Amino acid sequence: MKLTPEEQAILAGSSGEPARRALEYQIEVGRFWGAKRLVPVTNVHMMGDIEVMGDAGLDYLKGQAGMGARSAVPVTTNARCIDFARCEALGQDPSEVAKERELIQCLRRMDVVTTDTCINYQTVYQPHLGEHVAWGDTGTVIYANSVFGARSNFESGPAALAAALTGRTPEYGFHLKEHRLGSFTVELTAKLDDLADWGAVGKIVGEAHQDYFAVPVFHGSRRPPSADELKHLGAALASYGSMGMFHFVGVTPEAPSIEAALGRQAPRERLRVDDADIAAVYGSYRLGDGDARLVVFSGPQQSLLEMKRLAQLFDGRKVKAGSSCFVTTNGAVLAQSRTLGYAAALEDAGVTILEGVCFYILQNLSAMRQANRWSNMVSNSAKIVNIIGAHRFNTILRRTADCVEIACSGVLK
Amino acid sequence: MQRRIEVRQAFGPLVEGEALVSEEGFSPRYDLDRWTGVITKPGHKLEGLSIVDKICFFPSAKGGIAAGWAFYDIKWKKIAPKAFVFGVTNPVMVQGAVFAGIPITAGWTPHPREVVKTGDRVRVDPARKIIEVL
Repeated sequence: MKLTPEEQAILAGSSGEPARRALEYQIEVGRFWGAKRLVPVTNVHMMGDIEVMGDAGLDYLKGQAGMGARSAVPVTTNARCIDFARCEALGQDPSEVAKERELIQCLRRMDVVTTDTCINYQTVYQPHLGEHVAWGDTGTVIYANSVFGARSNFESGPAALAAALTGRTPEYGFHLKEHRLGSFTVELTAKLDDLADWGAVGKIVGEAHQDYFAVPVFHGSRRPPSADELKHLGAALASYGSMGMFHFVGVTPEAPSIEAALGRQAPRERLRVDDADIAAVYGSYRLGDGDARLVVFSGPQQSLLEMKRLAQLFDGRKVKAGSSCFVTTNGAVLAQSRTLGYAAALEDAGVTILEGVCFYILQNLSAMRQANRWSNMVSNSAKIVNIIGAHRFNTILRRTADCVEIACSGVLK
Repeated sequence: MQRRIEVRQAFGPLVEGEALVSEEGFSPRYDLDRWTGVITKPGHKLEGLSIVDKICFFPSAKGGIAAGWAFYDIKWKKIAPKAFVFGVTNPVMVQGAVFAGIPITAGWTPHPREVVKTGDRVRVDPARKIIEVL
């Protein structure tokens, strides 16, 4: 890999031991992917919480902070696993709560902005076309690449942290034009009226193409999708397909036409998603032996407009006794939701709003499931329906209004 | 005939161990119990099997950013596999494996199902980009 004089200086220790080690690590990762150089990044978004890092990760972070590690560029954090206001009610382990506080203090010492959000692209930072960033949480990466035309790979915690310390990342994958071209097309003839429908599209397309480097080109939609719809589509593509980028003709900046999105190459495949395909997704879930006592709106965190819609749907209603309904969002959206009355409408209905977390990464989730005897989880997020499996939930995707109905009735439609 | 697989990309030291061959992709977050090293996702083709100290063959990588920390975490808990052998992988798996010092490879010829089965003893040689069934 070709290094600049500045990078050679970092390797020689000019920016301190943490940056030196970080660059060494980045070079090893870059070598695997055949990167020829590193590119400067303007923004880093990293996943770092005690549930995902564990004691080993916390020790590592403490070591870094102790050696004087400092962010070289603005760095924000992803959703975390502890809601400090509700950890007792949730039955989260006090020792893990304490570690999470310690972890946050470490990050702040390194000048990391602890935003605790997986919707940084809606609430914190919107990179421009061609801007190189190093983001973690797959949903943030696919949104950055696709909707903004910015350039990022999936940067997991250690990789994002390394980028934070060196201010650069190896140039491979979606930093390179050749990997950003569409590889197959998807015509959308389905109506796609709800966020869950867009997530279902992501499931259908993602499951069939589990390949980071597969880039679908969507076209033919009856109307342009909203930001929240693109968010659910992207999150599901990334979750089911491990995909990092899509094009949407006439909507995303690198897709003025199908031909341009494909780089004038023939698509490997032409897919179509119609109403029957979407109906088949909803028809594929089974209640099993349990009940429908858990409804979750999370993964990704809710935007302000999603909070508004939920507040309207829950207005004057009550979550059924014995059922639980959770909404997760970030501090900024929650503060505004309080001002606007959305939070009150939800809480009056018996909905629990969690701040700065995502439901599926909650510390102690498996124990919480057992204590509450939850077997099924109903959600309008195709992503969370996919990823919560390791906690042994049976999951069911339903449209937003149906989820609200299920929360208030306890009956699965 | 010697049974061997050529891989396209590779990292880490040479290791030998018992193969665990999956027809389904893998995520340490979606599929794995990160306290026991057992695959627990309901319906996963390896549900109920342990990856601890195995040389794990997975056709693809699934989802999640969190694998980066998860590999380091399971290595520290001594429940990591000896190596990951992927058909297609994604940056997270590589970043995680490199960070944890777990050998990882991607791209395979021929497909492992033609030469290796679960329980076989195999050697992963990242420097030569070769996997041999012993």
